[in-house]
Amino acid sequence: MNKILVGLIAGLILGAIDGATAWFTPEVRSAIAGIMVGSSIKGMIVGMLSGWFARKVQSTQWGIALGAALGLLFAFLVALMQHAHYLEIMLPGFVTGAIIGFLTQRTGAPATAKVGG
Amino acid sequence: MDLNDAVLDRLRHVAALPDLTGTRYELESEIGRGGLGVVYAARDRHLDRRVALKVLDSTLAAEAQLIARLEHPSIVPVYDTGMLPDGRVFYTMKLVAGARLDHYLERAPSWGERLRVMRRIGEALAFAHTRGAIHRDLKPQNVMVGAFGEVYVMDWGVEAVAGTPAFRAPDACPDRRSDIYALGALLQFMLPLSAPPALRAIAAKAMRADPAARYADVTAMLADIERFQDGLAVEAWSEPLWHRLRRFAARNAVLLWLLAAYAGVKFLLFFLRNL
Repeated sequence: MNKILVGLIAGLILGAIDGATAWFTPEVRSAIAGIMVGSSIKGMIVGMLSGWFARKVQSTQWGIALGAALGLLFAFLVALMQHAHYLEIMLPGFVTGAIIGFLTQRTGAPATAKVGG
Repeated sequence: MDLNDAVLDRLRHVAALPDLTGTRYELESEIGRGGLGVVYAARDRHLDRRVALKVLDSTLAAEAQLIARLEHPSIVPVYDTGMLPDGRVFYTMKLVAGARLDHYLERAPSWGERLRVMRRIGEALAFAHTRGAIHRDLKPQNVMVGAFGEVYVMDWGVEAVAGTPAFRAPDACPDRRSDIYALGALLQFMLPLSAPPALRAIAAKAMRADPAARYADVTAMLADIERFQDGLAVEAWSEPLWHRLRRFAARNAVLLWLLAAYAGVKFLLFFLRNL
């Protein structure tokens, strides 16, 4: 499995789980399906970019750092669209991004060199 | 002049020195005594370099021929072979500047370093086995660690060598599995008392009395050592559950910390909301 696919799958699963934790916030519980879909898409975008980065740079530290930064950025954009819950969206998004970054570095096949002309 | 004991000893020593007349070598000093002969430091006058010169007790050149067949980075290369005026065979090889393994271990090298040396020894042995050669006398005194970390397995045995008791397998007919036994004994020798049970189990498996119960070959033993170094379960030891969990935690420490951080963040937010 290549690293971009690992990133997409990890992003989808972790994003869905992160979105599902909205169930513990009663005021948004009714919109949980939309939150889960949105969070999954956000996770997949972070995963895809982290996977692409992992193919270029093999460094767990930098993978975690980039994943965390992307998670924070996309979580900020989601919170900006809502104009609310900045901390509740950005803090878990930051850590989820770090986990996705880690997973793309540690699992999946690295890019293979092209042979021939 | 009186022939006292000291003078007699000196005469005996000089008489025992090999006569290198007619060879290109000049004797310098005795380095050590191996399985079937004595090793000296000598100078090659033609190439103006120092070499190790081993004079065999027998007239057989089998040992030199055996080592000359084994071209490997961890096996000392043979340069030349010849015969002394008294009929004894000698051969010259690279003079390794370094420490014998037992002396090297006195410097208390790190775990990783000990296992690196062990793997180099194993690789030399595995290579020799593929060439149909067996060592027969693997022990710390026959391994040299060079100044730059290079490892050399020396004193490759011939039929007449019986091995050294602490490292000798109780096998009737020495074969590759006897070398695996000696390699296990060497690993045990290199491990301090605080060594992890997985490593002790690898040494114990290699040293089983029944040759069929040992590792099938040196490569299998090295693979088990590599598994240990990679934090994986080793073939030689069925570890208890708590040990397996500890190994999993050590192997996945970063991921577990990240998951703990996520759980911590969620709990923090939950409590902040309910304040």
